[in-house]
Amino acid sequence: MGKIAFWQGNEALAMGALAAGCRFFGGYPITPSTEIAEKMAEELPKLDGRFIQMEDEISAIAATIGASIAGSKALTATSGPGFSLKQENLGLAYEAEIPIVVVDVMRGGPSTGLPTKAGQQDVMQARWGTHGDHGTIAYAPSSVEECYTMAVEAFNAAEKYRQPVLIMSDAEIGHMREKIEIPDPEDIRISNRKKPTVEMEKFVPYKAAPEDDIPPMASFGDGYRWHVTGLTHNDWGFPTNNADEIEKKMTRLMRKIDRFRDDIVRYDTESVEDADILVVSYGSVARSSSRAVKDARARGMKVGHFRPITLWPFPDKELEKLARKVKTIIVPELNCGQMVLEVERAVHGKSRVVPMELVNGDLFHPKDILEKISQEVR
Amino acid sequence: MPSKEVYSWLRTRFFPHMWCPGCGHGIIMHSLLRALVDLKKDQSNTVIASGIGCSSRMPGYIDACTLHTTHGRSLGFATGIKMVKPEMTVIDVMGDGDCSAIGGNHFIHACRRNIDITAIVMNNNIYGMTGGQASPTTPAGALATTAPYGAVDPTFDLCRLAEGAGATFVARSTIANPKQAEKYIVDGIKHKGFSVVEIISSCHTQFGRKNKRRTPISNIEFLKSATVTKEKAKEMSPEELYGRIVVGEFVNKTAPEYTEQYLAMTKKVREG
Repeated sequence: MGKIAFWQGNEALAMGALAAGCRFFGGYPITPSTEIAEKMAEELPKLDGRFIQMEDEISAIAATIGASIAGSKALTATSGPGFSLKQENLGLAYEAEIPIVVVDVMRGGPSTGLPTKAGQQDVMQARWGTHGDHGTIAYAPSSVEECYTMAVEAFNAAEKYRQPVLIMSDAEIGHMREKIEIPDPEDIRISNRKKPTVEMEKFVPYKAAPEDDIPPMASFGDGYRWHVTGLTHNDWGFPTNNADEIEKKMTRLMRKIDRFRDDIVRYDTESVEDADILVVSYGSVARSSSRAVKDARARGMKVGHFRPITLWPFPDKELEKLARKVKTIIVPELNCGQMVLEVERAVHGKSRVVPMELVNGDLFHPKDILEKISQEVR
Repeated sequence: MPSKEVYSWLRTRFFPHMWCPGCGHGIIMHSLLRALVDLKKDQSNTVIASGIGCSSRMPGYIDACTLHTTHGRSLGFATGIKMVKPEMTVIDVMGDGDCSAIGGNHFIHACRRNIDITAIVMNNNIYGMTGGQASPTTPAGALATTAPYGAVDPTFDLCRLAEGAGATFVARSTIANPKQAEKYIVDGIKHKGFSVVEIISSCHTQFGRKNKRRTPISNIEFLKSATVTKEKAKEMSPEELYGRIVVGEFVNKTAPEYTEQYLAMTKKVREG
């Protein structure tokens, strides 16, 4: 039994990151993510960690990547416009396979949009925000407790798969306070990056074992000398224009996420066994949906809820299985229909997909979702 | 030919390098490596970071902990590394556009922060890798592909910019005087705090072709004739100084260094 706390989502996320072993934060203040930076500024010095407020979002992620190269578990956090600014260097972290965790506490957009209101408008930016192809791991917390546990999970995934991992929170989750149970440190599973075991002269920085496609990573300052570049590179880490080497690099980058897809994907279900109607939602919306499903069940409607916990990779196979049994899938989202496209792709016409969009800065009231469910039952 | 010690810092298996024959950047790399050898630096504890452009390919050729990042952003990466491993020697090599255009904000804040990183700005007055576009240091009136009738924009004086932003060591030399360049790099690395060493380089391929400096030799000759020392410049009028390159050590002062300040603060917090 862990300790009980009454925390805000952003605060819990910062504390979860520290529990995961994060000892570096590079940031730039932006609403509604700022409390993560504030908490890290307060806590990191106590743990001999490093906090730095950089001059902008771009250098904040640059410093975060640098810190990871130097061997630290490193975090940066931002919201909408800042997430856009981070995309260039995020791409470098994918290409150079540098583990970092990036939190985007989503708000409405485009542009400055709605800084103080919840939105889920960065779902596709999370997947395709930077230029070029890469696998993406992105989590979406639905509660304060999940902000804590997901921070740990995100760091573990970043370290294990050696790439950036995203946490797509939203303003509602970030600013909400609720009671959480903090796990005991001994109950927290921590993963650390694979380190080279060969001597420096034999170290080939991007040579991956065939069984996992993940090359061991040496830290700067640990006696290994290697080259980090955002250019497409060979096993030695040096730029290449050789078609075979380019293809080898790109296929491995994609494959390392594909092959571990089942280990990465997470989702949650509620009352789906006999459901005719399925609500698919994530983040803060999932809370309204869950309430609506309970209320609908109380009225005798056969409704279930499917909650993607990883937005990317999307739990498509798992959803497709359910889609074979249900008639209708309702997808409430705080955007103009981003994840609904992924739902349509997953269910492949096996059930009717009904989008539910809300972009006026409000949240879905459970009554709105219940109403939609009732319409579909009729 | 480089000395045996300098040679040991090169990743010769990746040669030939991609710089044009006669490019000024090779002279700067040699000065840097001689400086690192002079200072008896350990390759495994030396970081060389760069952004994007011709200059930025330099770390790839140096056998150390090296990093080729995004355009203008290298100081951010270097800052993260220095924060985690303050004991490492961190050098950031940048081009003129890299440093003062896209990376201008990062540059001034690194100066302000006074973090112990040595920034070597390889200023060849042009965007070489993308084919000869004007940079913030292209002299007014000079021709570039994006300034086909002569650059209208006033040029940046990077040393004065660095001084104004708070860098605690600032010096300028040229590739025509590699020994002086080496000395300033040595002094910059030894200096505790943010050091800026601007070295005027040359690009005969992209800049020179359009501006009557077609050969490597004509560029060296130009740099020799255009250079005036800081001391001599003091006696010259603004008209006499127009188009000249003033070299020398402009700033060398002591101020609190960022990582030391941060670590002292964490120590205080922990001992509470």
